[in-house]
Amino acid sequence: MSEQTVSPPAGATRSTAAAAAPSGPAPARRPSVVKWVLTGVLLLFLLVFPLYFDEFWLRTGFAVFGAAIGAIGLNLLVGTTGQLSLAHAFFLAVGAVSYTYISGESGGLGTRAGLEGLGLPPLVGMVVGVLLAGLAGLVFSPIAARLRGIYLGVASLALVFIGVHVINTWTPVTGGFNGRAAPEFSLFGFTFGNSDPQLFVLGVPFREAERLWYLGLVLLIAAYVFARNLLRSRPGRALQTLRDSEVAASVMGVNVQAYKARVFLVSSMYAGLSGVLYALSIGSIAPESFTLLVSVQYLAMIVLGGLGSVGGAVLGALFVTALPLLFQQYADVLPLVSAPGQGGISAGFAARFLYGAAIILIVLFEPAGLAGAAQRLTQRLRRGRAPARGGPATPPEQPGSAPTPSDRPAQGSNPR
Amino acid sequence: MTQFLSLLFNGLSLGAIYALIALGFVIIFKASEVVSFTHGSLLLLGAYSIARLSESLGFLGAVLVGLLITALAAFVVERFIINRLRGAPVISLAIVTIGVDIILLTELIRRIGPDILNVPHPWAGESVRIGGIGITQNRLVAMIVAGILIVLFFVAFKYSSWGVAMRASAEDGETAALMGIRQGRVSALAWVVAGVLAGVAALFLVGSPTPGVSSAVYATALRALPAAILGGLDSTGGALVGGLLIGVAESLAAGYQEQLLFLGRGFGEVVPYVVMIAVLLVRPSGLFGTKELTRV
Repeated sequence: MSEQTVSPPAGATRSTAAAAAPSGPAPARRPSVVKWVLTGVLLLFLLVFPLYFDEFWLRTGFAVFGAAIGAIGLNLLVGTTGQLSLAHAFFLAVGAVSYTYISGESGGLGTRAGLEGLGLPPLVGMVVGVLLAGLAGLVFSPIAARLRGIYLGVASLALVFIGVHVINTWTPVTGGFNGRAAPEFSLFGFTFGNSDPQLFVLGVPFREAERLWYLGLVLLIAAYVFARNLLRSRPGRALQTLRDSEVAASVMGVNVQAYKARVFLVSSMYAGLSGVLYALSIGSIAPESFTLLVSVQYLAMIVLGGLGSVGGAVLGALFVTALPLLFQQYADVLPLVSAPGQGGISAGFAARFLYGAAIILIVLFEPAGLAGAAQRLTQRLRRGRAPARGGPATPPEQPGSAPTPSDRPAQGSNPR
Repeated sequence: MTQFLSLLFNGLSLGAIYALIALGFVIIFKASEVVSFTHGSLLLLGAYSIARLSESLGFLGAVLVGLLITALAAFVVERFIINRLRGAPVISLAIVTIGVDIILLTELIRRIGPDILNVPHPWAGESVRIGGIGITQNRLVAMIVAGILIVLFFVAFKYSSWGVAMRASAEDGETAALMGIRQGRVSALAWVVAGVLAGVAALFLVGSPTPGVSSAVYATALRALPAAILGGLDSTGGALVGGLLIGVAESLAAGYQEQLLFLGRGFGEVVPYVVMIAVLLVRPSGLFGTKELTRV
């Protein structure tokens, strides 16, 4: 079976796949020079960023990198394959807890003396954390594969609540209700802490925030490239076909169960890595870091960014993660927003209002998300120079047609 | 044995409340093919309104206005958002209700804060004993009211023109529309009914033994979602059975907590989800849900 035989069903669904996933089945075109230059400039900016900005921005950046990795993973599952999952917080938790347990030390001070830890190198903790999260996804996938559409969404809800319960209960490993500190990351003797070794680059002291920034950047780029390549490859096409119609996919020779299991594996490995980075960014883990709200936030990220788009997931993660932190930082400057207990809306709440409203508006008016809007903009700019390609024409999206995933004829769990 | 019966009875009363909420999920799903994740915050909205208004309007007035507010909120969500997305994929619809939920819940939590608001039920908090089985008066009233409402609902669903129209639209929306059934109206009415049911459930859910209206009520309301799912999302009878099942399971797990200690404290709150997963493993469309057929 060649790729050409797979693409017609994807393309046949009124160019929605192409609109939703700009990296998807669009016709191969030569990467333009402008794009390369822009990418280069962006990379350079990110590389020199720590030299010019202070710790707050670096920490925000690291949190965004970690969240972006998780969002890319969730987007593979929800956006590309059309499997609604609210369990992302659970897989995040698996990664974060595993890392903390494997690389943490036993014992502790005072009441924390009951903690256990294997004390292995942090790199081992990170890798095993990612693998365990993947394993959890793999274990859940047979259940998931039996459930269609919305049933999966609600069933996955269960994992989050069970996960929080386990974290609350399994005190020796997770630290229980109060949580436990996450060990500092280090790589072959080079710690990502404030010292050991002392490091200066161009006269700027490279402390924990600077070092973590580069760690997050490297991991995010790797995660980004992997996801993009995955989507452009044969498995990626198979996943998109799966979203559009499971029947069509299986007729084309796509092993539906196996692909669903694999996408769950990959997505939860992304979540696991994101969880490890989250633990590093906060410096500790606690049950309230992995509640339903976190799952909903990740869902918000991919909806805002654009379902099925890798770059969109990163944009969405930037929006949802950085917003509350920025509000917090500039609470006294912004109208309406204030520090907690001063009558105004606190930063966290203000951010939630904003992305809640953004979700509604995006589903109503721009179902392809920020990525879709950006793509339309570049096409409009390009139209002046090049003759319009035969690719995805962009008529104004009708709110009703919502070219988001799964427009299979049976409409999810519609019992007709 | 008495303990078991008592837990069972209390579980059934809790289950009756869950059944009201789950019924709301099911009729919304049947009418507009949306799984409403907004329902938890709608319920909290009802509870909050009743608690806040009861100072000025008295208990009965507060309940009536509270139900009106909940119904109105559900109506607004349907008219301005869901109705505009008719025919959109199920996942988009679910996501948009999550968006509404974020906004509504955030505002309510912001208003409630760390407080516990009290609803002055005229029935006192003390418990009654029926043949050695203790149950709070609130739960007893809840059981009776829920029973009456559920019977009323099923009668209306079977015989009233709204019920017939609604079942026809759930069966086949296009054909029903061709027959002159106004889909928009059916859907809007379903949301309103679900809103009222959630409001009634809220009234009892915040009475004793629950301390009052706090943001924790949201988590309780969410546990009706597994009830609806395990009964089968498109089965009204399933919602009833699912609600009762979840209520009893939760009550038993909480009551025998000492014996279940190896599963950790507060396991009762997780039990609904465990039961749901177990049922879905055997029957992927829930106990009474229609099996999804694949046609090419």
